[in-house]
Formats: sequence, C-alpha cells, structure tokens
Amino acid sequence: MTSVLSHINQEESHYAPKQAYFNPYEQNGGTVLAVAGEDFSVIASDTRLSQGFSIHTRDLPKTYKLTSSTVLGACGFHGDVLTLTKILQARLKMYEHEHNKKMSTTAVAAMLSTMLYSRRFFPFYVYNIVAGLDDEGKGCVFSFDPVGSYERETYRAGGSASAMLQPLLDNQIGFKNQQGVTKTPLSQEKAVKLVKDVFISAAERDIYTGDAIVLNLITKDGVKVETFPLRRD
Amino acid sequence: MALAGVCGFQQNVSKSPSMLGNGICENLIDEAIHSSHKFTMPSNFDPVENLKQFTDPKSDVKIQFNHGTTTLAFKFQHGVIVAVDSRATAGSWIASQTVKKVIEINPYLLGTMAGGAADCSYWERVLAKHCRIYELRNKERISVAAASKLLANIVYGYKGMGLSMVYIYCIRLQRDGFIYGECLYKRCTNIVYGYKGMGLSMGTMICGWDKKGPGLYYVDSDGQRMTNPIFSVGSGSLYAYGVLDSGYKWDLTVDEAIDLGRRAIYHATHRDAYSGGVVNLYHMKETGWEFISQTDVLDLHYKYQEEKQARR
Repeated sequence: MTSVLSHINQEESHYAPKQAYFNPYEQNGGTVLAVAGEDFSVIASDTRLSQGFSIHTRDLPKTYKLTSSTVLGACGFHGDVLTLTKILQARLKMYEHEHNKKMSTTAVAAMLSTMLYSRRFFPFYVYNIVAGLDDEGKGCVFSFDPVGSYERETYRAGGSASAMLQPLLDNQIGFKNQQGVTKTPLSQEKAVKLVKDVFISAAERDIYTGDAIVLNLITKDGVKVETFPLRRD
Repeated sequence: MALAGVCGFQQNVSKSPSMLGNGICENLIDEAIHSSHKFTMPSNFDPVENLKQFTDPKSDVKIQFNHGTTTLAFKFQHGVIVAVDSRATAGSWIASQTVKKVIEINPYLLGTMAGGAADCSYWERVLAKHCRIYELRNKERISVAAASKLLANIVYGYKGMGLSMVYIYCIRLQRDGFIYGECLYKRCTNIVYGYKGMGLSMGTMICGWDKKGPGLYYVDSDGQRMTNPIFSVGSGSLYAYGVLDSGYKWDLTVDEAIDLGRRAIYHATHRDAYSGGVVNLYHMKETGWEFISQTDVLDLHYKYQEEKQARR
C-alpha cells in the first residue's frame, strides 16, 4: 500500500476540484487455477507477487492449505489476502475445537461466502477459489467473487490471467461448443499436465504471472505439493 | 485475545461503526472472528461513492461484482412459472454461464436473482432463516405476502427515521389485516437492518403457494414491493415482457406455460448481451415447487429456427 489517499481524477483539469477517495487497495497480480476430477482436485498458483511494473518476490505461492482435504487459492490485493486467510484459519481452528472434527470443503466454502459478504461495503479485494474433496469424496471447486457470490464448478481460473485461462479450460475440460467429441472424464495425470501447460502459456503473455507454479493435488490421502519452474522474466 | 496480539492489533485504533452509524464497535477482531452478519466499515465511509471508483476501467484495482440477468415469473391457472437465464457478468467479462438464479428458499417459496449476485443469495438466505423461525413460532408456513414483506423490510432502510416510521408501518399492517404478532415480528427485523443508500442492488421475485393460492411478489433494494400476475426483472426483461405479453393468458395449460416461459427467456438471451447460458425453469404448484428443466439456449436457438422454417 503506497498511499492511503489517492487522487482518481488526475487526468482532469488542474484547476478542477479533486475528489479524494479512501483507497487502501493494490493490484498484486498472480493467477490461481483449480480443476476438480472424480476423486481428486488440483489447485495451482504461480509464485510471483508484483505491483505495477516491479516484482516484489518470485517465491510467494497463492495457495493456502486449510485442512487435509481443502486448499484455498486467493489473489488480488495481498494485504487483504493476508487478513482474510488469517481470519479464516482462526475460524477453522474454532470450528475444530467446538465440533471436534475438521470442516468439510462445502462448509468452508459457505463460511467464506458469509465472511466475504460481511465486508460487502468495504470489500476484501480478493478473488478466491476453494478446491478439495466434498463429503462423498468427490473432487470439488468453488469460485467466489470479492463479495461472496459463489458457485460449485469443475474448473475455474482466477486472478490476472483468468481471462486467458478460462476459455482454454472451457475448450479442454468443458468441451464447450464442440460437436462429436466424447467427453472423457479427466484423469489425474491429464489434469496435472494440463495445469502445467496452461500456466506456461499464461506466463508467456501475462506480466503478472511467472517464476514458478505451486501445484496442490488433493486426494483422499491428503495434499501433495509439487513445484514447477516457469519463465522468470 | 491471542489473535489480536498476533495481528498486532491495537485497541481503539480502528473503529468500526455499526451499519446504523451510531453504535461504535470496540473490538474489530472479535467482530471479524465471531460474526459474519455484522458489516465492517471504516468510520465516515460512504460505500457507494468509494466502490464507484473500482468500476472505472482506468482504475488499476477493479472490483467488479457479478451482475446482469433476465428473470421472469407469471401466475396462471395451475400456479406460477419461474424461468431464468444463467449468465453472470462482471463488466464485459462473462464470469459464469452456470449460475443458479432461482434460489430455493424452502419447498413452498422460490426467489429469483437479479442485480448483485452476492446481495441476492445472501439476503434470500437470511430470508430463509426468518421464514423458518416464523414456521417454528407460529406452527404454520409463512404467507408469500409476509415473506416478501420481510425481505423488503430487511433491505429497505429506516436510516435517520428511527422507530416512529416503524410504528406507522405497524399500524398500516394492522389495517391491511395482518395479525399483531406478525407486526411485532416485523418490527424486530426493521430495527435490526436498514440498508437504504448503502448501494445494495437486487431485484427479486418471491414466488410461492400459501392459503390464498399462488403468490407472486416483486421486491427490490429500493424497498419497492408489489404483486402482479406477470413480472420480468433484469437487463433482458424488456425482451422477455414482449414475448410474455403476446402469449400470456390465465388459462394456459402447464405445457403451454412452460413453453412460454422458456421462449421469453430465449428471446431475451438472444437480444441482451448480459443474458445467456441455459434456461432454468420451475413450476410452483399447490404441493410446492418442482424443477422442470434446464435447457441450453444454443439448443433452443436451433429448435426455434427449425420451427420457423417449417411454418414458411
């Protein structure tokens, strides 16, 4: 956060009154991608944190392990991401102590929605994706808007390169608008390969995506983390 | 609190006033952790003005909420037909083509979603809670009129008007023939919430079946609430109304009514860029709602095109 008060109408006349807004937000970039399979889900992010044209760090994964079967991907303004994940971790711990069990992925998603909505009038500038296994052990992905509108999906890209990745996933996983294709269910190996491929492509064209991928594979055995290098320019 | 220490939180530095603008909340962290139904804001903060800047395309930080819709509902001899599209847009970006815009409040009540997706799903969930509490207290289902009024009360603000307005409201309710217990109940919700001028955006139709038969109410975030046999809400509503009005009559058969609803949404998705995806259709009957169908508008397009060719 470089400045608390910013002048929005900078391009307007020098003599016109300037309206100052409270603007404690920054765009820190980064991309998150999640794919749900039959009995697994994959959630990956790049590890670059940037602001404007400068790169703050090349080693900051934007995925956060919440439970043994739930991982959160969050990008947008990193300050809000930090606060949100901190509160989320606290709420999860409270739930665990109260109910003596870990929170299910569907419950995490519902809770995150109300948490985001509690800041409806002063939002968290965070795009969230929750991936994990549902109560039946099936892979699930939940995507959120900044104020908590959410939906269960099978694949979703969020963050700076989301507009590049989502159509690619529509084609490769959703088989959207294709005639005469057999809609084969996604295997674990194919999902991982696809995620790596689309991130390589995103790093090629998006300045806020690059450096490395952190890939979380969530199965009934827990979360397996894998890193994979990307372009560092 | 331990977390307060971890966060480096200093008491009384940040103050978060309640939504009504008077009671100042002392403990920000406590509120963040223990409640999701209180709204956190900096003091002297105008949410509408401050959120405006983020919809500016020149702004680096873009917070765009999911928006845009065509929804419709109409009453006919066999109940209520509810039909909606499934597209959510954030600016010109299609955020989703698979949104569920019919919100299932309970087996006898449906709400539709137009405007802010988060606003609609959150407040209709709050409504679902209130309807359930009403059932438990009164040993009977809430009427559609009362349910829709609850929602209107929740989203309508009494900011700066205080309790006197609420009192007048109760008298008006009694004149309308509502029982006093219901009035008291409403008064509670009135006091708790009031969000006019805070930038909520929702236009919803509450559809149901109660003692009086099928019920259909329109409620929006300005606090408007009305009843009519036909409603259509959203950016594509004009197109839907056109189709609906030309084909509507009270004694439609169920199949005719379903086809009319589907056609109206299809034509809206065809002309309105902010609508699209699939048509979701529900039928409200005496026994509660029933999900009828989910049809991709692409398939409908070719189907209607063929019909057109055949008529020539």
